[in-house]
Amino acid sequence: MSARDLIATPGQTVGPFFHDALPFPGDSELVAPGRADAIRLHGRVLDGAGAPVPDALIELWQADADGRVPREPGSLRRDGFTFTGWGRAATDDAGDYAFSTVHPGPVVAGSAPFFALTVFARGLPNRLFTRAYLPADDAARSADPLLSAVEEARRTTLAAVPDAHGFRFDIRLQGEGETVFLTYPRH
Amino acid sequence: MDSTSSYRESNRARLRLALIRAARDLTVQHGGEPIGERMVVTGRVLDGDGRPVRRQLVEIWQANAGGRYVHKGDQHPAAIDPNFTGFGRCLTDDDGSYRFTTIKPGPYPWKNHRNAWRPAHIHFSLFGTEFTQRIVTQMYFPGDPLFALDPIYQSVVDPRARDLLVASYDHDLSQPEWSTGYRWDIVLNGTHRTLTDHETGAQS
Repeated sequence: MSARDLIATPGQTVGPFFHDALPFPGDSELVAPGRADAIRLHGRVLDGAGAPVPDALIELWQADADGRVPREPGSLRRDGFTFTGWGRAATDDAGDYAFSTVHPGPVVAGSAPFFALTVFARGLPNRLFTRAYLPADDAARSADPLLSAVEEARRTTLAAVPDAHGFRFDIRLQGEGETVFLTYPRH
Repeated sequence: MDSTSSYRESNRARLRLALIRAARDLTVQHGGEPIGERMVVTGRVLDGDGRPVRRQLVEIWQANAGGRYVHKGDQHPAAIDPNFTGFGRCLTDDDGSYRFTTIKPGPYPWKNHRNAWRPAHIHFSLFGTEFTQRIVTQMYFPGDPLFALDPIYQSVVDPRARDLLVASYDHDLSQPEWSTGYRWDIVLNGTHRTLTDHETGAQS
C-alpha cells in the first residue's frame, strides 16, 4: 500500500467532559491582558435554536502584529515573551469565550487580516474551521480569495465586529445566520 | 549560583520530570494505584503521506474502570476512583510515537436514548504541522459489543475509516504481571507540502 492510500483517522465529537483535560492555565492569554498592545477577541457560541453553547471549545491561530505566522512552541507553558499565535478558550455557562491577544497583521501585504478559529463542541461530530476577519478596505477584501468567494449575504458571518477592547465574533453552529465554515483540500 | 538556588534549580528539574512522567502515566497521578486493568496505549501519529508527525502535542481524557468521568456533568452511580483522574499529555517523539500508561476505561451511560451506553473509549486530541490537521477523536477497543448500538461510533459511515478508530491488542506491548498493551496509529488529514524543521505554534 502506498502512502497515498492512507485513509485519515476520522474525527469524533469532543463530548461534554473535556473541561478538566484540555483547558490549562493561561490557555486563552496569547499575551497578558494588561499589555499595552493587548486586545480582546470574544464572542458567543450559539446553536441552531439560537441558544448559547456552554460546552464548546474554541482554538485561535493567528499571525502576529507584523503578519508573521509564528512557528514557536511554548503555548502550554507561556514564558510571557514568546508570541506563539495559538490559544484555547472553553465557553462559559453563557456560551461566551474570550482571548487576550494582539491585532494580527496581514499575512500577505495588502490582504485582509484575520483570526483562524477551530470550533469543537458536544454534539458536533467533528471540528469546524472558520475565520474572523478584521475590518479591511475594499481592496484588501476583494483581494482575499476566500472573502471574494463567499456570497455577500453570508460574508458578514466572517466579520469580527470592533468593540471597546478589541473585537466580538459570535459563532452560529447552524440555522439562520450560520457562520461560514471552511473545508480544505484533502481534509 | 549559591548552593540554595542550585538546590532549588535541581529540585525544580526533578519536579518537572515528575510532572512530565505523571502526564503520560495516568496511574501515578495520586497516592495509590487506581482500580482496573493497567495498560499501555501507544502508537504513531502520521501525516497523509505516512510521515511521522514529530514533537506535537497529544492529549487524552477518559472515564475510569467503572465508566465514571471526574467531571461535574457525570453524576451516574458508578464510583469515583480517588487514584484516577483520567487526563494525560505528551509530545510525540522524532518517530511520531506517543505512549501513555493508563487504566482501561469502562463503558459509559450517556442518556442519549433509553439504556444508551458508549463503548469503552479514550478521547484523543492531536496536532499536526498545520492547523488544518487539527483533530479530536476517540479510540476504541477491539470487539466491543456496544459498537453496533453506538450512534457516535456509527456516525463514521465508511467502514474502512471507522475501523481506524479501533486499537489493536499487541501482546508485545504487554508486560508480565504488570500491564496489557494496545497499539493505535493515527493518520492526520494529508498534506503534500514539504515539511520544514519548524513546527506550528500549537505545541507545548
